[in-house]
Order: sequence, then structure tokens, then C-alpha cells
Amino acid sequence: MEGADRDAVSEIDRDSGISLAKLQDWFDQRIELVIAQLLRAGVLIAAFVVIAGAVLYLAPHPWGRVDYRTFHGEPEQLRTVDGVLHSAFTGQAMGIMQLGLLVLIATPITRVGFSIVAFAMEGDRMYVAFTMLVLAILLYSLFGSFLIA
Amino acid sequence: MWHTVELNVIEFTFLVWAGSLAAGFLGALTGLGGGVVLVPLLTIFFKVDLHYAIGASLVSVIATSSGSAAAYVKEGFSNIRLGMFLEIATTLGALLGAFLTAHIPVNWIAVIFGMMLMYSAYVSRRTRPRTDDTQPPDKLATRLKLNGTFPDTTGVREYNSYRVPAGFSIMFGAGTLSGLLGIGSGALKVVAMDQAMKIPFKVSTTTSNFMIGVTAAASAGVYLSRGYIDPALAMPVMLGVLIGSLLGTRVLVKTKTKNLRLVFSLVIVLLGIQMLWKGLTGTL
Repeated sequence: MEGADRDAVSEIDRDSGISLAKLQDWFDQRIELVIAQLLRAGVLIAAFVVIAGAVLYLAPHPWGRVDYRTFHGEPEQLRTVDGVLHSAFTGQAMGIMQLGLLVLIATPITRVGFSIVAFAMEGDRMYVAFTMLVLAILLYSLFGSFLIA
Repeated sequence: MWHTVELNVIEFTFLVWAGSLAAGFLGALTGLGGGVVLVPLLTIFFKVDLHYAIGASLVSVIATSSGSAAAYVKEGFSNIRLGMFLEIATTLGALLGAFLTAHIPVNWIAVIFGMMLMYSAYVSRRTRPRTDDTQPPDKLATRLKLNGTFPDTTGVREYNSYRVPAGFSIMFGAGTLSGLLGIGSGALKVVAMDQAMKIPFKVSTTTSNFMIGVTAAASAGVYLSRGYIDPALAMPVMLGVLIGSLLGTRVLVKTKTKNLRLVFSLVIVLLGIQMLWKGLTGTL
């Protein structure tokens, strides 16, 4: 299907002289629309996980006090991907909310991953390389930044 | 404001949620973004520590950018390659900004924040000079495939990108500010594309929105591992901003936003002055 579409378009390209930029945009927009809908699904899943955690967090002691005036830093289990996963799957409210936020942080990262596939399908090696660089920076931030921090 | 009032968990969570909803709604309605007012709202009115406030704001920036991506892509204005290429600069900048946050004194951050707020308000009020399309295509931009098309009243219009190194550098700065302050820094991203690279305004704004989520994700990882993201605080902020901005984009088409934009710009300027003052006097 994709291949057939592309052949048809290159026909038009030869006949009417539509610019390469125009073709490139047409492919980009179609792929991006699919990716954008996946992104929205990711945000919705994240929101539902956060809400589930919020119910568990608020229900037991709604009249307690909160204090965010001074910075203490989050405990270890809410700082790493491993820690958050463990905390969430042992049913802790804070862990479940943090997992929802982690899903949210992961949505743009997943989008960049899909873009690599999309550029590879178009045979655009230069942009596969650029996008892989962006993905590497994002993964470093999520998994490797504690090395410096 | 809450000096004498002690809030319990339910009250605090609800009020932060309501405030974030209002910020997200007005931000989307006026196109000025809700992220810029969140941090002043949390630090000045709810007395939240600046680092926690920035962490919560950053997470909600990802939510609005990713949540509204589909609406922007459908319009057909965003330039995917341009966005991806410039994301190399913004994500590297965001990493730098996130590392700087831990080492720069809180009061300095407040001063930078105040100036950024006033700058955003200024950019939104300024009238833009028309750019002429008579120059020949830029060699570097052509090699990087940064030229594109967008739908126009007369059909499809083509445009070229110029001054790639300048745009790339400003984007690095925009990324650094985003990581340092926990904002989308959409205003600066638009300046990099619209002013420096001579890209049509509509293409600049939609491509900027597309880039904001990825830029914020790059610093969010660092914030998480530093312990700046508190789930109980980020929860009402993220849910409020997300719902508010989705409502804002719905009403957007129906209402005249000119006066609202003016009012919201004034709010941003006032918050900017307050952040600047608190930073300079060391009272944040």
C-alpha cells in the first residue's frame, strides 16, 4: 500500500513537476497525524493512571497537612524508573501517580522513536540519524542523568 | 497569600487544580501558553518551593503539548523535519538548563523567570514586520531539507528557511530556559523560526508547539532523578492544565480573544514584576 502510493506520487511528480518539498510535506503530515493520535492516547492513559493514584492518595487521610515550602527532594523510590515501577506495582499511591507522570514523560520520547521508523520508511538517512541523536539525548536524560546529578 | 491559612490535603489539591485549570484555559485561549503563569502561581500564592513548582510545571507542559498535537497536525502547517532538526538544539539546551537549576541560587532563577515573563508578554504584543520571499533559497537549509509548504487561501504555498546557525543557536537558548524554568518557552522558539530563520509565522507557531513536548521531556528525566517531581503536587497541576487547555482550544474558535489577550498579557507582566522583585529582594 505504502509502496504503491509512493509510485503513484512519483508519477505525478514527473508529469506536473510538483516540488520535492511538497511531496515531502505530504508524507510527513500523514505519518504525523497517526503519531499525534498515539500521543493523545498516551496522554489519556497517563491521566487515568494519575487519577487512580490520586484517589488512593486522597481517600485515606484527606484532612492531613501538606508542606511544599521547603525542598526536601523526593525519596529514592520516586526518582528512578525502576523505583517508580516497583513502588507503583506494590500499590503505593505516590508510586502510582508518579508512574502516570512517567507515562506522560514517555509519550514524546515514543513519538521520537516512531519518527525514526517514519524517516526510515521514506529512506531519509540523514533524518534517521538526526532523530536517533534526539532519542539518545532523551534516553540519557531519563536513564543516565543520575551519573552527573 | 496563604501565610495565615493552613490548608489540608483536599483543600490544597483542589485549589491548585482549580488554579492550574484557569491557567491552562487562559493560556490556550489566548495562545500565550499556560506554563509561564504556573510557576509564579505556585510559588507566590501557594508558597511552594521553586524547584517543586518547576518540576510540576514541566510535566504539565508535556501534557498540553502532546494532548494538542493532533489538532495542530491536522491544520497542516507544522514542518516535521525543521522541528526534528531543531530539537537537537533544544534537547541539548534542556539538559544544560536542568543541570543549571541545581547549581544556580533560587533568587537568580526567580530574576531570570521575571525577565522571561515580561519578554513573553512583549513578544505577544509586538506587531511583526512582513518578511519578503524574494531571496534565493539558502544552501545549508536546502541541504538539511528545511524548506517546506503550507496551505494558503490560494492553495499550497512554498517557503524557504534561512540563517540556520542563528536559528539553531537561539533554539539552544530556548531549550536551556525551558530546562531551567520548567516552561515551554514557545515565545523564544517562535522568535528563532519566525525572526531568525524567516519561516512563515503560522508554520513557526505550530512547529514550536510540536517541539515543546520533546524539549520538556529532555529536562523532565533530569528533574525526576533529582527528586524535583513530587507526584502529589504535580497531580493536580497536570490534570488542571490538561483539562483547562483542552477546554481552551474548544472555545478558541467561538470567542473574540483580543481583549482577553491584553488582560492575560497584563497578568503575565504583573507576575513577572513580582517574580523579579522577590528574586532581587531574596524573599522567594
